[in-house]
Amino acid sequence: MPAPTLPSENPAAAVVSPSGYAIEFDNVSIAFDEKVVLDGISFRLAHGETKAVFGVAGSGKSTLLKLAIGLLRPDSGRIFVLGEEITRMSEQELFELRRRVGIVFQESALFDSLKVYENVGYRLVEEKRPVDEIERRVREVLRFVELERTYDMRPSELSGGMRRRVAIARAITTEPEVLLYDSPTGGLDPVTSNTIVELIVKQRDVYKTSALMVTHRLQDAFTMATYQFDKATNKMVALPKGQHCEVPMSFLILRDAKVIFDGDAHQLATSRDDYIREYIS
Amino acid sequence: MALELELISPIDVAKDIALAVQDYTLLSAQSLANFFRRPLYMGDMLQQADLIGVGSLPIVVLTGLSVGALLALNAASTLEQFGGITLIGRLVSIGMVTELGPLITGLMVAGRNSSGMASELGSMKVTEQIDAMLALGTDPTKKLITPRIGATVFMLFFLTIIADLLGLIGGYAVAHLLFGVDTQQYWTTTYQNLVFRDVFTGLIKPVLFGFIIATVGCYYGMATKGGTQGVGRSTTQAVVAASVMILIVDFFATKLIFAIFGYR
Repeated sequence: MPAPTLPSENPAAAVVSPSGYAIEFDNVSIAFDEKVVLDGISFRLAHGETKAVFGVAGSGKSTLLKLAIGLLRPDSGRIFVLGEEITRMSEQELFELRRRVGIVFQESALFDSLKVYENVGYRLVEEKRPVDEIERRVREVLRFVELERTYDMRPSELSGGMRRRVAIARAITTEPEVLLYDSPTGGLDPVTSNTIVELIVKQRDVYKTSALMVTHRLQDAFTMATYQFDKATNKMVALPKGQHCEVPMSFLILRDAKVIFDGDAHQLATSRDDYIREYIS
Repeated sequence: MALELELISPIDVAKDIALAVQDYTLLSAQSLANFFRRPLYMGDMLQQADLIGVGSLPIVVLTGLSVGALLALNAASTLEQFGGITLIGRLVSIGMVTELGPLITGLMVAGRNSSGMASELGSMKVTEQIDAMLALGTDPTKKLITPRIGATVFMLFFLTIIADLLGLIGGYAVAHLLFGVDTQQYWTTTYQNLVFRDVFTGLIKPVLFGFIIATVGCYYGMATKGGTQGVGRSTTQAVVAASVMILIVDFFATKLIFAIFGYR
């Protein structure tokens, strides 16, 4: 993989709040057409932590992310994002909070009527930032995802992997404090998936952003737990055996609308639960 | 394979209809309220005005001309029997300006743009672009729906005037070329016969129809579920619903205006 150029690091984004959590779900339930999707879910995502969320198809992983950004409202329970209870917020208040949260959707969800630079700089344009500032920032994040050459292209001209990288660029443009990834490697070939995982690791280790990553690929999360980004070589390198990466990494497993596991890689590997053992085998 | 039929309760159907009416009303009200809230996406409104107005111009020109010509052709045979062929201009002007101009233009633009809006917003919905917009801090009703309502109402108003004028020209072509009606006589009767009520009726309708076309198209687009098949379904439903609503509103608007201004 070619060595990417790092953008200027933003110390503000790496600030860890002394108290509270980046995201906190407290006994959250939601049902669609009488089908219970999440039932009494509770978990916490600490500042600077990355949590991988697993579950079989239809287990409510994507719903969980949409709840976390206020695109869905729970039937019961409370959700806190960056210390604020979003379940009580008006839509207008949510728009303000969402500025501090970035999300990468499952199928990228790029605006197909806009060019790549318009997609990436969308939020900056909405905030009426100066044109030269927008261009500088857009080029910076596109360089971060190694796609500066796509600046003038349309999303339809990009491959699946490139679209995901542009989606990541769009999510980090405003240097959010929390990032939500919805199956960022879903439907991609192993090589492209690895590129995306490397990019997520790079984002995690450079900016130390809190992240909630929904995935069905256990190997992606294990790669994230056992690798870290080396700024000197601009590459993702494997950690020595037994050593943990600087950024806390945890795992959450959903089954039958409930959380059946919430812990770190070691706890996951040593779990005695039959379902979890089968899942990770 | 056994065919399983699921029985749907009439109460559930009634609930679904009531919910759809509620959602449509809320969406329309919110989109209208957005005209008084910042930001107002003028760039998007101009782009939509171009798509709806300029894009619909050829079809409006063609239908306006042919409807005016057909109106004159059908009326002429009856008028000739009573020796009143000179009144043909009066008949075409009233028919086009008060009723057929707004109605045909509304139905044409509904067929073209309600479906376009439903499919465009529906595609955005199923590919999570609407969710992405919300996640990026933009209200889709402000960015997508309000500009479409503004553009459709504004452009339909002028498209209707164009259709009216072309209908009169089509009527003149038939009256003059096929029935030998004098040019000055045709245009004088056409102009003199129109009163304020006729023009008011003809110009208030496109405002109502434009609102229906945009809100119905956007509502079905935003309510799209179920992938590409859902987009196709929304597109069809939008055209049908917009056309039916236009016909119903046309009747009641005409009746109300007659009640206010009196019958001829």
